[in-house]
Amino acid sequence: MILGIPPQALFGQLLIGLINGAFYAMLSLGLSVIFGLLNIINFTHGAQYMMGAFVAYFLLQYAGLGYWWALLLAPVAVGLLGMLMERFLLKWLYSLDHLYGLLLTFGLGLMIQGLFRNQFGSSGLPYVMPAELTGGRNLGFMVLPNYRAWVVVFSLALCLGTWFVIERTKLGSYLRAATENPALVQAFGINVPRMITLTYGFGVALAAVAGVLAAPIYQVNPLMGADLIIVVFAVVVIGGMGSIIGSVVTGFGLGLIEGLTKVFYPEASNTVIFVIMALVLLVKPAGLFGRAQ
Amino acid sequence: MAVSEAPAAVAEPGTVRHQAVVFVLMVAAFAVAPFVVYPVFLMKALCFALFACAFNLLIGYGGLLSFGHAAYLGAAGYLSAHAAKVWGWPPELAILTGTLGAAALGVVIGALAIRRQGIYFAMITLALAQMLYFFFLQAPFTGGEDGIQGVPRGTLLGVIDLRQTLPLYFTVLAIFLAGFLLIYRTIHSPFGQVLKAIRENEPRALSLGYAADQYKLIAFVLSAGLSGLAGSTKAIVFQLASLTDVHWTMSGEVVLMTLLGGLGTVFGPVVGAVIVVTLETYLAQLGAWVTVVQGGIFVVCVLAFRRGVVGELARLLRKPL
Repeated sequence: MILGIPPQALFGQLLIGLINGAFYAMLSLGLSVIFGLLNIINFTHGAQYMMGAFVAYFLLQYAGLGYWWALLLAPVAVGLLGMLMERFLLKWLYSLDHLYGLLLTFGLGLMIQGLFRNQFGSSGLPYVMPAELTGGRNLGFMVLPNYRAWVVVFSLALCLGTWFVIERTKLGSYLRAATENPALVQAFGINVPRMITLTYGFGVALAAVAGVLAAPIYQVNPLMGADLIIVVFAVVVIGGMGSIIGSVVTGFGLGLIEGLTKVFYPEASNTVIFVIMALVLLVKPAGLFGRAQ
Repeated sequence: MAVSEAPAAVAEPGTVRHQAVVFVLMVAAFAVAPFVVYPVFLMKALCFALFACAFNLLIGYGGLLSFGHAAYLGAAGYLSAHAAKVWGWPPELAILTGTLGAAALGVVIGALAIRRQGIYFAMITLALAQMLYFFFLQAPFTGGEDGIQGVPRGTLLGVIDLRQTLPLYFTVLAIFLAGFLLIYRTIHSPFGQVLKAIRENEPRALSLGYAADQYKLIAFVLSAGLSGLAGSTKAIVFQLASLTDVHWTMSGEVVLMTLLGGLGTVFGPVVGAVIVVTLETYLAQLGAWVTVVQGGIFVVCVLAFRRGVVGELARLLRKPL
């Protein structure tokens, strides 16, 4: 017994928290990358996460392509859709107040979720776990399901990969420069509008990957992203959108705290992240890793 | 939000007069309407019109996009329903309780949210409203998924029997008009002018010596309180307080009404609310298509119709409405 809680329950909830944290980290990372260059908060992110899971479901159902193909194809498909969205809709808003971007992406999210709900109802569709990742291993103090370990490892690798590309490569340096001063970067001969499109596509693809990872754990459901995105907004406010490592640390950390709350005070597990957000706003309004405006 | 495309509501000669004419027309239309249209539908429209006007005070004149206004509508609904049903209070006290409760909630959430600007402000209000949603979902007195049902309407001030439709309708109309006029007065007061100055250029307003945060907070509390007035009235009229009114979809709906009617216009939110409530009534049997249509209206409004219905009319007439 640890603090009066059986270790199985404690570590079980911590693992669930870690998994949730992985999703918070991936989604808030995508939001930050998009916000950095486009200055738009992508409210469609939850719907795009849901679409990633649905593409995985379609691939298995209609094309017989399994999980590993889905992990590759779903982000490409949803990312391309996102790029079309940016090209034809979002780009008209860059000269306007940022809040119009929020409203437009909110509307698009409503439309996408409504269409999927018409087609598939509100109950979830099951998605089978890939055979390679079923089962689990006994760590002595708890049983670790292989798939959940995979989700944590894969999302960590994805976040670190994103950090590496943005902070350590030439492409990333263009991106950071364009975030600071797009006009100047364009003057140096870099195609900034194309970079914006690709960045949006990349951020959206991150959401779709998260959706594929979520499909075997949660059911594939038209509304799976609707409530999640609000929690991710709170995560973004807590972390501040300035730093990539910040998004990742905040995402995983808050997932763990949520897991712990489920053990010690389950009534508050839905609200704990929002309470932390309120506290952070009181103490450090710019967010834990954010820069003051 | 810089609603630069909306006509400036500066008091030029004739402005007050023609706005008064439109106001009289609106009152006349609402006074005749219950004899032509189903009154319960009209009362729903009036409650949402007040809600949208309260929301517009914040976005249209303060430039603050709150994405969690359902919190005040819903919380006030629960409070007044509880006061009327469990405590057995008369309707006027129940509505007052709901309104004050929502204003108090506005003080707390507003004080937190105004610590950040722009997009963060929207995300913070949304997140805190979601927190309240979970609170109401779990709290013992709200009845969870069922809500508080069978709220008694009672008699207003011991004189007006609200169980009859027409007295109830005109009570709701009076509450709506009182709220509307309060907002109108606020917008056209020196306070409203300073609020607009802060919306246009906050650093400059600060350097002129205006305590921007205090102005924003007062506007926020006023808006929350009036949303609460709408929510309390709605709970008494429909004899129901439920989770629908605290959910984020409701926060989205009030944004939609205001955007469609015209951000920063005096009459826009009323027109937007009537259109959206009508749409929902006709599309109700289509299920999730309502969401698709609402999303579509958002997209069209943001891309091509940012002035909204009343904003476009005002541009054609060259008069602020």
